[in-house]
Amino acid sequence: MSKLVYLVPLFPLAGFLINGLARKRLSKSLTGIIGSGVILASFIVSIVLFYDVKAGHSGAVSLFDFINTGTLKIPFAFQVDQLSSVFLLIITGVGFLIHLYSTAYMHEESNEHFARYFAYLNLFVFSMLLLVLGGNYLIMFIGWEGVGLCSYLLIGYWFKNNDYTNAAKKAFIMNRIGDFGFLLAAFWMIQQFGSLTFADVFSKADGMKSNDMVLVGITLLLFLGAAGKSAQIPLYTWLPDAMAGPTPVSALIHAATMVTAGIYMIARSNILYTLAPTTQGVVAAIGLATAILAATIALKQNDIKKVLAYSTVSQLGYMFLGLGVGAYTGAVFHVMTHAFFKALLFLGAGSVIHAMHHEQDIRNMGGLKKHLPVTHWTFLIGCIAIAGIPPLSGFFSKDEILAAAFSKNAVYWVVGVLGAIMTAFYMFRLYATTFLGKFRGTHEQEHHLHESPAAMTIPLIVLAILSAVAGFVGVPAVLGGSHHLEHFLAPIFAGSVKKLQHAHHLDHNTEYMLMGASVALAAIAILYAVSRFSKKPDLDEATGLGKVLENKWYVDELYNNIIVKPLRNLSAFFNNVFEKMGVDGAVNGVGKLVNYGSRQLRLLQSGQVAAYILMMVVAALILFIIQLFV
Amino acid sequence: MTIQHYIFLSVALFSIGIIGVLTRRNLIIIFMCVELMLNSVNLLLVAFSKMHHLAATAADAASKAGTDGQLFVFFIMVVAAAEVSVGLAIIVMMYRNTHSVDVNFLNRLKH
Repeated sequence: MSKLVYLVPLFPLAGFLINGLARKRLSKSLTGIIGSGVILASFIVSIVLFYDVKAGHSGAVSLFDFINTGTLKIPFAFQVDQLSSVFLLIITGVGFLIHLYSTAYMHEESNEHFARYFAYLNLFVFSMLLLVLGGNYLIMFIGWEGVGLCSYLLIGYWFKNNDYTNAAKKAFIMNRIGDFGFLLAAFWMIQQFGSLTFADVFSKADGMKSNDMVLVGITLLLFLGAAGKSAQIPLYTWLPDAMAGPTPVSALIHAATMVTAGIYMIARSNILYTLAPTTQGVVAAIGLATAILAATIALKQNDIKKVLAYSTVSQLGYMFLGLGVGAYTGAVFHVMTHAFFKALLFLGAGSVIHAMHHEQDIRNMGGLKKHLPVTHWTFLIGCIAIAGIPPLSGFFSKDEILAAAFSKNAVYWVVGVLGAIMTAFYMFRLYATTFLGKFRGTHEQEHHLHESPAAMTIPLIVLAILSAVAGFVGVPAVLGGSHHLEHFLAPIFAGSVKKLQHAHHLDHNTEYMLMGASVALAAIAILYAVSRFSKKPDLDEATGLGKVLENKWYVDELYNNIIVKPLRNLSAFFNNVFEKMGVDGAVNGVGKLVNYGSRQLRLLQSGQVAAYILMMVVAALILFIIQLFV
Repeated sequence: MTIQHYIFLSVALFSIGIIGVLTRRNLIIIFMCVELMLNSVNLLLVAFSKMHHLAATAADAASKAGTDGQLFVFFIMVVAAAEVSVGLAIIVMMYRNTHSVDVNFLNRLKH
């Protein structure tokens, strides 16, 4: 059955080609059917594969030789195992819902641009599937680059707006910086292990001693790639700007799937990271720092999508914290639950924006509860899930990461819970300001308020159900569950688990205390946020620390001043001095020299026959003398 | 006569030829000087060839080495005769057009 794995990426590729090439001829409904249908087909194949893997049939499927030179052999192979099948389900499942949602959300676009949108979206799913299915780092890299490209294309989808294209360029360049790290790591692996195939690399690395310099170097470079793709410090600034794209794109690419590619890659390479504790420390520290920094920024944002964007960055930080402390299952679990509730929140935000006629500032909303009942209830479920209130999904996954962080270092846990409190606070600030209180928009907007069509509300409902119940696949033993996901993923992380050997397993009382503390604090934050913002939203101009937070800690300005401006000045210097005087001077100088020299030599051609002959004789004499004496 | 005599004569003739070509402006005289140079070379060719032949016959009376150089001179003379006829024709044409055989008159060709 796993022989059919090539069908999974093939369907979206076909959809991309049909929608992309025939975009001027297809009607909107046909485009929507093709675009969503191919993803549904992939989803069905993914389900079949999932059960196949569950029955114990996993392994690499080699399709053909991709690169075959000398000793280096890189097959075009797909890796079908527990980890990739879980990701396949998330990508195609959430992807299908978002495609369905898009058919209604993007309906105002003209035929051609509607088809262009679906073509890009299908291409994105294709690349993402390639990334996840790749059986070696090269195939993964092809998908890795592909999703970066699609992200660029879709952020700049409304390419007539200059700010949007700038955001697209920013995302692309930031990603490229990360890709550079990935590429270097791949070269290093070829040099070190002579192969890029996962099985070869991992088995060869397994024999190396812990904290080997080479492994630390490779894993740090891979982490640079992950930081670019998954928006971690210092490369996170592109993700909030990426909200320039259409909202379903934000939901699919910049919340549910693409940004988790870094987590997938590290989870896939878990052996390498386990053998490099130094890198793990770096990953955990950066993840935690990102989680807390992004959470503080989200506290004061007023754009509905910006809040969600920073919340995404923050949640990704938690996942990296999980990877850094060796809770690989927890990180993958959080990827899954996050994909559900963050896609739900973004789609809910899209529904609000749709109803408000492209208004995104929450200060102009309020009281949408009675106008958009479905959106309101599903959004509320998403908020509770992300805030980590049991029994919704966010609680289980976040708690697993925090518990692992605690057993590694109590400071991680304290900072992590601080971030979780802020998460609860800003999500309910967003919820209360948007849905509670009185409507603050214009009369015209109020008149047009309406619930979104079924194509948009059905995905919301499905995702809300998933957000509510997805946590039950990973109920920890302490709460009387058996953690199905951990058992399912066990073969992937077996090598690491053996090496990690947690010095002390938390006893149940400690775990209850940790859970109780984080849930209670989050609940307090929720109650405080709702009571404070439902009556009187914070409309005032921010001052002091609030202003700093509203301006995102001035990180963009900082980057502008320490990187962009010096780079521009350096370029200007090279352009004005080096290029104009050095290069141009040399080129023009050669021209001038030849010109001048020829003008002087021309004088020799006097027309006097005697002069010519004299020259001939003198030259002959010189040659003669040279011949004789030299 | 030793070979040196031939060489000195030949060099003298050649030098006279060169000096004539360089200093005189009359085309006919230049032409004669060119012929002088040509024939000085011919003379040298014959002289060397003869010397070579003598040296060869001294060792082996039946040897034919060195005769080809003398034959070669005849070819040069034939070609030179043809060249002279062309050259003189040019001079005649030039005189018809310019009423002069002064070479410096020809520098107008550069314009």
